[in-house]
Amino acid sequence: MTTTNLPTQPTLPNPRDAYKRLKTTRSNFELYGWVFMRASGVILLVLIFGHLFVNLMVGDGVHAIDFAFVGGKLTNPFWQVWDLMMLWLAMMHGTNGVRTIINDYAERPLVRLWLKIALYVAFVVVTVLGTLVIFTFDACPSGAPADLLPSICS
Amino acid sequence: MPSAPAGTLYRGREGMWSWVAHRVTGVLIFFFLLVHILDTALVRVSPEAYNAVIGTYQTPIMGLGEAGLVAAIVFHAFNGIRIILVDFWAKGPRYQRVMLWVVLGLFVVTMAGFLPRHLINVFTGGH
Repeated sequence: MTTTNLPTQPTLPNPRDAYKRLKTTRSNFELYGWVFMRASGVILLVLIFGHLFVNLMVGDGVHAIDFAFVGGKLTNPFWQVWDLMMLWLAMMHGTNGVRTIINDYAERPLVRLWLKIALYVAFVVVTVLGTLVIFTFDACPSGAPADLLPSICS
Repeated sequence: MPSAPAGTLYRGREGMWSWVAHRVTGVLIFFFLLVHILDTALVRVSPEAYNAVIGTYQTPIMGLGEAGLVAAIVFHAFNGIRIILVDFWAKGPRYQRVMLWVVLGLFVVTMAGFLPRHLINVFTGGH
C-alpha cells in the first residue's frame, strides 16, 4: 500500500440526471396566445384606426356609408387585404380575450365548457361568413337599382 | 375551488382599474365586432337589405353609441400599448402608473379630434 493508491471513487448518480419528466403534460399554447395578443394588438391598432378614419372621419362620415361605399372598397385589392386581415386578427384577438375571461370567472366545469363551445361556434360562423363575403362579393348584382350601385358598375 | 375566497387579490388604484377597464372595453368591442361583421355580410344579400340596416346606424342615438364604441376602442388600443411596454420595456413596471396618465392624455387628445367631426356628421350631416 502506497500513497498513490486512491480510495475507490464513490458512485453517486449525477444529480443533474436525477429527475426526468416522463412526458410533457403542458404545451406552450398559453405562451403563444400571450405573444399573439401583443403582436396582433399592435397590427389591429393600425388597421382599426385606419378603418375608423376612412369610414367615420373622411367626407360625410357615417352618413356616407351605403352599399355603393362598401362596394367601392371591397372591389379594391388594397381594402380587400386590409379587411381580411382585420377580420381574422380581430376575431382571433377577441375570441382569445373572451376565452381568458371565461377561464377567470366561470368556475363550474360545465359552465366553462358550454361558454367556450358557444364562443368557438360564434368564432367559426362569423369568421367564415366574413371571409366568404370578402371573397365572393359582387359589387354589381344583376337586377339591382343602378342608383344603389358603386360607380364602377356603370 | 373554494367558492368564498378569504381576502382578495384586487389591489385597487391605477393598476387594477386600468385592467378592469381593459376587460370591459374588450368585451364590448368583441360583441360589437360580431354584430358588425353580420351586418356587413348583408352586402351579399342585396343593396337594399344592406342600406336598410346600415341606415339604422345613422340615427342620432346610434351616433352616440358609435362615439362610445370609438372611445372604448381608443382606450383599449392605447392601454394595450401600455401593457406591451410594461411587459417588454425594462422600466415598464416602474412607470406603469405614469403611463396610464399618458394613455388617458392621448385618449383625450384623440377623442377631441374625433368627437366634433363625428357629432357634426351625426347631427347635421348627410341626408
